[in-house]
Amino acid sequence: MFMACSLWLLAFGYSFAQPISSIELINNAKFYDGKIVVYTGEVIGDMMARGEYAWINVNDGNNAIGIWIKRELIGDILYTGNYQQKGDLVEIKGKFNRACVEHGGDLEIHAESITKIGSGSTILHQVNQKEINLILGLTGIIVAVLLLRNAKLHFYKSKGNKT
Amino acid sequence: MILKPQLNDIKNIAYYVGKVTIGLGFTMFVPFIMGLVFFKEVNPALDFLLSAEIAVFCGLLLTWVCATDKELNWMQGMVIVSLSWLVAMVLSAIPLTLSGHYKSFLDACFETMSGFTTTGLTLVQDLDHLSYSHNLWRHLGPFIGGQGIAIIALALFMKGSAGSFKVYVGEGRDEKILPNVIHTARFIWLISIVYLVIGTIALGIVGMRIGLKPQNAFFHGACIFMAGYDTAGFAPQSQNILYYHSAIFEIVTIIIMIVGSLNFNLHYQLWKGNRKELVKNIETRTLLLSAMLTFFIVAVGLNKLGVYSNIFTLFRKGFFQLVSGHTTTGYMTIYAQQFIKEWGDLALVGMIIAMALGGCACSTAGGIKMLRVGIIFEALQQDIKKIALPENAIVTQKFHHIKTVFLEDAQARAVLLITMSYITIYVLGALIGVWYGYPFLNSLFESTSAAANVGLSCGITDASMPAILKVTYIIQMWAGRLEFMSVFALFGFLIAAIKGK
Repeated sequence: MFMACSLWLLAFGYSFAQPISSIELINNAKFYDGKIVVYTGEVIGDMMARGEYAWINVNDGNNAIGIWIKRELIGDILYTGNYQQKGDLVEIKGKFNRACVEHGGDLEIHAESITKIGSGSTILHQVNQKEINLILGLTGIIVAVLLLRNAKLHFYKSKGNKT
Repeated sequence: MILKPQLNDIKNIAYYVGKVTIGLGFTMFVPFIMGLVFFKEVNPALDFLLSAEIAVFCGLLLTWVCATDKELNWMQGMVIVSLSWLVAMVLSAIPLTLSGHYKSFLDACFETMSGFTTTGLTLVQDLDHLSYSHNLWRHLGPFIGGQGIAIIALALFMKGSAGSFKVYVGEGRDEKILPNVIHTARFIWLISIVYLVIGTIALGIVGMRIGLKPQNAFFHGACIFMAGYDTAGFAPQSQNILYYHSAIFEIVTIIIMIVGSLNFNLHYQLWKGNRKELVKNIETRTLLLSAMLTFFIVAVGLNKLGVYSNIFTLFRKGFFQLVSGHTTTGYMTIYAQQFIKEWGDLALVGMIIAMALGGCACSTAGGIKMLRVGIIFEALQQDIKKIALPENAIVTQKFHHIKTVFLEDAQARAVLLITMSYITIYVLGALIGVWYGYPFLNSLFESTSAAANVGLSCGITDASMPAILKVTYIIQMWAGRLEFMSVFALFGFLIAAIKGK
């Protein structure tokens, strides 16, 4: 009986111990509104400091969701995702808001805790040699076309002068 | 009897399409140089160098083989415009395809057509990891297309001729701001660049204040300005404007969207110091009235369902989305699915009406246009007066648009023809969406968004949507931006080429 009640309370107070995807949260925002959720993903873009708090945006591969979090909790985040970097993977536990009154109706999460579950890194982009070869080839063709065109114009001009 | 196009027609058309193609190739050097020198992104820079060379090569061939100095007629001018936009779509899709962020070449073409037509519907994958160079190109597209792809050619390459006016009209503009259409084209570009500098600085400063790194603040500022002023709606991050979580950023963006949706002729009047025009002009008055009515519908719909718990959040979300839709920008501060899952049918109908009506004529905005809506109501008033007054009474109707204009039947007829074309394309696109299993209201929302060049999405626009639907939206965006005449001219040209004698 005690176990059953605990599980029932757990279901309503601390909604889900398993991470919930952004698709699930957005598509069922009314159901999750006000509940404590766990959400994981990659930190992307800039971490925007706003006084004692900050906004970070976390993308789980489908959508990015804004996380409102105390600045002191994001000190461990070293990498944020962009073209040059893969961002740190984090697990957020916090209150999901479908339309946060404090933040102008934004769909977001007020984080209670954050755990870094994977480190980001710099992405190495190998220079595309095939593309360089194509560019060089095409440059040669364009120069040839321009020379041919100018030669033809010069020929017709000189022919016109002679007559 | 339909006359088959002659060789001279084809040469004329190909020559000027070649000029536009060369111009497009040169614009690709912007992300190439930025990528190599400032962003230190070698592969993206190479993508743009290769694409620029392909465009310049194609343009050089066309201008060389089809060299001509003959004047353009109306048919040729219109076909040049519609064909140039298709060629630009294909060539501009090359660097985006090479980025690896699009599932197919068709998706990249969808993106570039969406950009050039200042729509803003997007099929990009993993936008948050897209290079600065490719992102810059996504936002340059609306800046170029909003002012006019063929207008670039006019401003740079054409010496000034009757043909240039035909090309100008072919791009959905028929208002001469200055007596010479080349000067008009140059004025449009000048004012856009001035606003670009002011807008980028304003958004950059706000961006830094809200916590963005300085280089990102100004990069985002430039991108958001280009897409906002040109009422396109592209943003550098996947969350669109929601990424910034900032009321002040949204306010600045609203101002930029409204500025972008105003008639260039009005901008010229304000530039000259004629501020009264803002109040007297039929378009600004119609826009204000229309925005108030559609916002009322949206607000009632949202309030009825209790979507937002207080008036401030309702206003912030509802008003922003309404302005975004009515100016046909397409910026979003909610997720696409929230339109369908939370906003409800009444608010959605309000949004669809706002999108369908659109912004001002001779601006970067899409939709039916406020000038046409205003003229329709003036024509209605005139007809009511004719019925109410004695039969032998002479009824005239006038309105103010830069100057006093007396409403004529031919004008009302032309307005109604284009309005009916827009409504037809909205419904046809919706029916194709329904055919593929999407609910009618969702399909109508997305179809109107595409054809009115808005860019708001309720979730249908996605890489997984059927290819036919992608092609449908591409055609809608293209036809809507060019206001149909050039597109009809191209189809007529092709039919004449096949069936003509």
